[in-house]
Amino acid sequence: MMQMTEGSHAVAEAVRLCRPQVISAYPITPQTHIVEALADFVANCKLDAEYITVDSELSALSACVGASAAGSRTYSATTSQGLALMNEVCFNAAGMRLPIVMSIANRAMGAPLSIWNDMQDSISMRDAGWLQFYSEDNQEATDLHFIAYKVAEDHSIQLPALVCFDGFILSHTYEPVDILSQDDADRYLPKFAPAERLDAADPISFGMYATPEYYLEFRYEMDRAQKRAKEVIAKAGKEFGTLFGRDYSALIEGYKIEDAETAIVAMGSICGTVKDAIDEMRADGKKVGLVKIRVFRPFPTEEIAKMLAHVKRVAVLDKNISLGSKGATALEVRDALYGTDGVSVKGYVLGLGGRDVRKRDIKAIVSLCEKGVGDQFYGLRQEVL
Amino acid sequence: MACKTCELFDSGHRACGGCGAALAARLVTKAAGTETIVVSSTGCMEVFSTPYPETAWKVPWIHSLFENAAAVASGIEASLKKQGRKEKVVIMAGDGATFDIGMVCISGAFERGHDFTYICYDNEAYMNTGIQRSGATPYDASTTTSPAGSCSFGNKRPKKDMPQILAAHGAPYVATASIAYPADLMQKVEKAINTKGPCYVQVHAPCCTGWGFEGEQTIAISKLAIETGLWVNYEMVDGTVTKVKKVVRKPVEEYLKTQKRFRHLFKPKRQDAEIAAIQTIADRNAVKYGIDIQLKKE
Repeated sequence: MMQMTEGSHAVAEAVRLCRPQVISAYPITPQTHIVEALADFVANCKLDAEYITVDSELSALSACVGASAAGSRTYSATTSQGLALMNEVCFNAAGMRLPIVMSIANRAMGAPLSIWNDMQDSISMRDAGWLQFYSEDNQEATDLHFIAYKVAEDHSIQLPALVCFDGFILSHTYEPVDILSQDDADRYLPKFAPAERLDAADPISFGMYATPEYYLEFRYEMDRAQKRAKEVIAKAGKEFGTLFGRDYSALIEGYKIEDAETAIVAMGSICGTVKDAIDEMRADGKKVGLVKIRVFRPFPTEEIAKMLAHVKRVAVLDKNISLGSKGATALEVRDALYGTDGVSVKGYVLGLGGRDVRKRDIKAIVSLCEKGVGDQFYGLRQEVL
Repeated sequence: MACKTCELFDSGHRACGGCGAALAARLVTKAAGTETIVVSSTGCMEVFSTPYPETAWKVPWIHSLFENAAAVASGIEASLKKQGRKEKVVIMAGDGATFDIGMVCISGAFERGHDFTYICYDNEAYMNTGIQRSGATPYDASTTTSPAGSCSFGNKRPKKDMPQILAAHGAPYVATASIAYPADLMQKVEKAINTKGPCYVQVHAPCCTGWGFEGEQTIAISKLAIETGLWVNYEMVDGTVTKVKKVVRKPVEEYLKTQKRFRHLFKPKRQDAEIAAIQTIADRNAVKYGIDIQLKKE
């Protein structure tokens, strides 16, 4: 049913429909509205879940580890500093192959303290072993939660998943969102059936330590599961499309990319702005297109190489920076296109800490890219440097 | 339900001969029985009991991180409750994980009132990393980060009073126990498990490697800790001390001289002032808990 709702509330509705049995979360801006809404559902018997009001994000995700290992579907949500505080648990949950789903209302990392949007938080967690989904709008942010659970809990995957959507830009924005009915949600997402769980009837040990004789293979198996997830995501996304009309089978989406000479690669809510800018540039005769990355882990390397094989140049927009190197997406895209003749890839770090990115910025970046100027921050205020 | 004849912590693990913590694990699992899920923190016990692909645990067992066992246990308890399952949740964590790095998670979990039993096996230092001082290290103990030296007598602070801290959280049952008194230990663990809410049992578990004594002395040394008043076995119900093990006290010296970690108090020269300061700690314990048995005058 179509509802005019805030992004956080739409996500909370989706989480409710996924029937998590244990929710454990800690308030942090701009994620707070999600966990408030979930607490309200539980308080009004609209959601039958154990809701643990923890003392910190460290405890939030740790409780999810325990709850998931004991065989319950679990959920948490956080952002920025909270995700950083969970860092150790993030690696641990993935290593123990626990299919926890966590929403991230993307926010910048301090210092300096900033509550505003960029993607440094979840991008910095890219090596932890979690699947990472990114949303362009609130509809996508909502739908991706169903897909995240379905893929994470697949016995061939068993990895936790982050569903990321831009803090404030999406989390606090009202948009029309189609919310599934409980029957539809149940039809798509069956009850959690863990492959293994803590159970007195069949005792097993979770989280043992591995000597050098075994550790490498554990990591290899995680990487294989990440790679397998591409197919499982495609299948889960297609099934969602068949049932509800919104197909998420593709890890990347092209917009006017088929005949593009200049391609923009981006993730998240910025893609909407990019599409509008592309329409205007097209009207001016510029052949510009977009590749939107929906799934950052597993990274769609081959898919990107294929979609960008014909373009002359690529401008990669990164709302993150691996300081001392480049934006994470630029590095990945360059890797994907390595060996593809005649394609120039330039990275642009922009929008950090909530700096607005407007259509004219996208057009300016395309102009820079056409001149071969890139691998730089975009939009710096020279007067304060 | 307790199973005194069960061996739920199997032999063949990698602990040192005479390890107090290994004995604690064996006794605690007997007291807890088969319908138990054990949560361990990172530390000696976790490492010596679960080198992949082997495990000493015959009950379901999980280890996540060093500092988060109480939070993991919170999640397990909530998960079991949601599924209508009846297993009991028992944490087994060392003193570093409990007194120091796990404090935030522990405080949160006890305040929330989860139904679990937290067992701290207290060997009074970070043994797994090579005997560094923790908040549980006693006054004047020499460790690798509080070494006795020409201008130091070792650890400068007395033990943190964890049982009181957790009693202050409203824990319905808090107890201290010792591997030297297995029946008492098991009874306390059983009581904790059968008390609803977050309960805490702190078990004195000497470490032959870290404290510097021969493995066959473990029990004798734990007994001496109690007999000198440096360790007090007691129970607290709803914050009130209800039961205390009374002793005819021996001088603390008899305990101190058995261990290399206190050797600097006797060699190269006897440090009377320091030994007296430790005696004062025992004397205060004796007064606070009323542990002295008054012998009748002849």
